[in-house]
Formats: sequence, structure tokens, C-alpha cells
Amino acid sequence: MTTSAESEPPVDCGICVQGVQYSVAHKHVLRGIDLTVKPGEILSVMGMSGCGKTTLMHCIGGLIPPSAGKIWIERDQIVGMKESALNHVRERMGMVFQYAALFDSLSVFENVAFGLRRRKHLPLPEIKEIVREKLTLVGLSGSEQLFPSELSGGMAKRVGLARAIAMSPQILLYDEPTSGLDPIVASVVDELIMQMRDKLGVTSIVVSHNIKSIFRISDKVAMLHEGELLAYGTPDEIKSCDDPVVRQFIEGRTHGPIAVARR
Amino acid sequence: MADEMTAPAAEAEEPKPKRPDPITTLLVFIGELALLLGRTVREIGRGGIAGSDLIEQMSSLGVSTIPIALLTSFTSGGVLSLYFTPFLNQYGATQFVGGVVALAVARELAPVLTGVVFTARSGSMIAAEIGTMKVTEQVDALRALAVSPIRYLVVPRLVASVIMFPIVCALSDAAGIFGGYIVAVYMENTPPHVFTDSIKNLLLPTDFTLGMVKTIFFAVIVALVGCQQGLETRGGATEVGKATTNTVVISIVIIYILNFVLADVLFPQ
Repeated sequence: MTTSAESEPPVDCGICVQGVQYSVAHKHVLRGIDLTVKPGEILSVMGMSGCGKTTLMHCIGGLIPPSAGKIWIERDQIVGMKESALNHVRERMGMVFQYAALFDSLSVFENVAFGLRRRKHLPLPEIKEIVREKLTLVGLSGSEQLFPSELSGGMAKRVGLARAIAMSPQILLYDEPTSGLDPIVASVVDELIMQMRDKLGVTSIVVSHNIKSIFRISDKVAMLHEGELLAYGTPDEIKSCDDPVVRQFIEGRTHGPIAVARR
Repeated sequence: MADEMTAPAAEAEEPKPKRPDPITTLLVFIGELALLLGRTVREIGRGGIAGSDLIEQMSSLGVSTIPIALLTSFTSGGVLSLYFTPFLNQYGATQFVGGVVALAVARELAPVLTGVVFTARSGSMIAAEIGTMKVTEQVDALRALAVSPIRYLVVPRLVASVIMFPIVCALSDAAGIFGGYIVAVYMENTPPHVFTDSIKNLLLPTDFTLGMVKTIFFAVIVALVGCQQGLETRGGATEVGKATTNTVVISIVIIYILNFVLADVLFPQ
């Protein structure tokens, strides 16, 4: 995983994205995104549905290769990396999927323990202890034997979160972590995201529509619009941003430059 | 994810991509199968078979197929006997009844029927299972957890099929011959020892073993096509259904073509 001279990572890089483009079937989903997340920071990415947020997260997670650009995860430039090498980088990453993506043939315990068993090969007592601890963190202790079909959407999402943090990653990517959760559980998840940063120094990217949550937890906020980075800054900078698209989105107005009727 | 791909602004600018022609589609499909086989063999070479996964797949793909494979083979052996016994009796060739039935079962009926039954039951199951995992992002979740989908999903299914297919075929051989025996002896009044002696005189052990060798090729085809179709599934429930149907159709077509080639290669006249 050494990087060549021309692929030296930017200074102070937790996650760095440079000129990332993604096109599929002649559609330009991402049009040259540049972002930097410093180690231990939380960056929230917001934007209208279909603006490319999830695609960007999948590119950062190495799940889809961008059409152009570079992505650094700490010191490793992952674009063009072989899958086996990418797996070593992924061992330091965790991903929370929009719809949880739990393995439906496995119990909650087996889902959370999956990476610990398959990649870390830890002894069973240690795995049990980690699973118990992570499920307690997300407020689901005692649900080890349930299957995904027996969980509510919110519970499934929290199991997905427990699975993502079970491997103690240094990088966490969250896709809509609080959507579909009641306000109290959403706050618990927000606090957990902040805890991961404050106690363990985890670098995070959170894709979300939840403006309140974004301004609460983020060190930096980015707004994507039609595949482009429209705004980037601290929560206060974004709150005071003059861009009419950003303002309309933050304020949730139906009138403005974003053509709601088209969506 | 799906809605990410349909940015309206981009849609207005770009022409719709052309559908590939059938030859290109076929070549891409063959290429994908070859690539998947190569990756799977490489994973196996790296020691990538978890014992528990393998046993689970041997059970769900193989053991569960046994009852229907036995039933199919038993009735087909019986029907074969029903056709041949009166015909051979008519020409005074009763001593060939057992041999003819057993030869047809061992070389052709049991391997091909096992292939078809395996495809219908296990191939479709592989495609549906992996296809559902693909469209619900479970395959992405595997990759995000640094676990190779080839190692976790494809290797155990391929190896389990290769192990179980010949076993099911051997059992089908027995069921088919037994079906033929029941019909010949109890319905057509062929003396039991004439039926069994005929098998001893006309059949070689290689008729059974080479028939089972055929099924190893079929196993690779069924498992690979099922996995490939599953992993290439995009969209939702409709596409999972299409992947399942494609697996059955493609596998059966390949099995019949391959059977013709293997019949000539393995049993030259």
C-alpha cells in the first residue's frame, strides 16, 4: 500500500477526494469533487436526492471506481487499487448503509460478529464481548438472537451501525444514519457519531438530509448539487452562506432555484 | 443509489446508450463467466474455503436436491424399461433389458436429469439468493467489511456443487436402475436374475464413473451461471426474477450442448 511520488497524499489527510468524477451510461453523476476531511473530523454531505451523495460515499468506500480523480484514505490512494489491497484499507473503515444491508440469513449476533470472525479471526469469547458491547452502545443489548426480518427499520439501522463499529475502524462512512429513526434514537446515533470522534479520533463522513443533525455533529459541511460541490465550510459558514440553492435547501423552502416539481 | 444515477440535468444532455447486439452480449457473458471462474479458482488456491460455509452449501444445494433427483430418475428408469422390455422381449432379446436400461441411465439419463434438477432447484436458488443480496446492498456490505464476495459466496457454492453433483448422480443411477428393475420384473415379468445378469454383462464401471464425470462439468456450469447472474443483478425484485429465469435457461442450454460434446468425447464408439 505504498503510494508513488505522484500519488503523495495531501498534508493532514483523513479522507481526501481530488477531482472525482463518476459517469455511468453517459450520465455524469459526479463532476469533479474536491473534499478534505482531516483526521478526527466529521464531514457531513448534504444535498437533494439524486445529487450524487451516495455515489460519492461508495467511491470513497472503494465500492465503485470513479471515472476520474483520486481518493486518499489516510496515506493510501485507493483509485485503481487491487481488491485485495483495498481490503487492507477497508479493515480500517466501516460503512453504515442507507437501508442497513444486514445479511438476512444471519442473526444480529452473526451480523455484528461477521467482520471479527472473517477478517480478524478473534476467539469466540472475545467476539461475544465485542458484539455485546457494540449492541449496548446502539441500545440493542439482548437482541443477539433476532434475525433481520424480526427487526424494525430503526433497529436494523442500529445493528448496521454496530456492525460497522465492531471492527474499531479509524474511518467511518455513514449513509443516512438517522433517517427513519425516531428523534430520540436519532439523537442517540448522533451522540454515538460524536463519541466515535471525541473518544477514538475516528474520521467520519455522514451523508444526511437531517439539517438539524448535520449542524449539531459536523466539523465541516459540504453541499452537493447536480454532481458538483456547491458549498463547503464549517456549520456556521454554511448557515450564513448566501448561495440561493444552499439557502433554499437549509430552509426547506419549496420556492427557489431548486426545481422541486422536476423531482 | 438508483436515484443517484438518474440526475435529470445529465439526462437532458446525453443520448441514451445503445443496447448491445446479441453477439456482443454473448461474448461479454462468456468473458464474465471465464473471469469469474478464474477468480474463484484463485480464491480456492489461496485456501479460501470455510468448512462451515461449504457444509451449509452442500446441504442446501445438494442434499435437498436428492429426493427430487431420485424421484425423477426412478420414474425415468421405469419408463425406459416400460418401452424397452416388451420391444426386446418381442425379438427374443430379454437378456439385454437390464443392460440397455442401466446403460442409458448411467451414461445419459442420470447425469442429464441430475443436471436439469440441480439447475431448476439449486441454480435458481443460487441466482435468487445472490441477486437479492446484490440489490439489497448485502454484497456491497461484504466488500465494505473487507470480505471477498467471491470467497464468501461463489467458492462454497461452486465447490459444494462439484462435490454433491456426482454424489446425487450416483444415487440417481441407483434409483433409475431400480425403477427399470421394478417395471421389468414386476410389470413385464422379466426374471430378476436375467435383469441383473444383463447389467453385469453389458456395463463397465467406467459407464458409471464417466457419467459422474459429466456431472462435474455440469456442476461448474450451474454454479458459475447462477453466481454470475446473481452478482450481475441490478435493480429490484423483477431483475432478481429475471436472473433466476436466465440461470435456469442458460444452464440447461449449456448442459445439453455440453452433454452432446462430452458424450462423444467420454464414450467414443
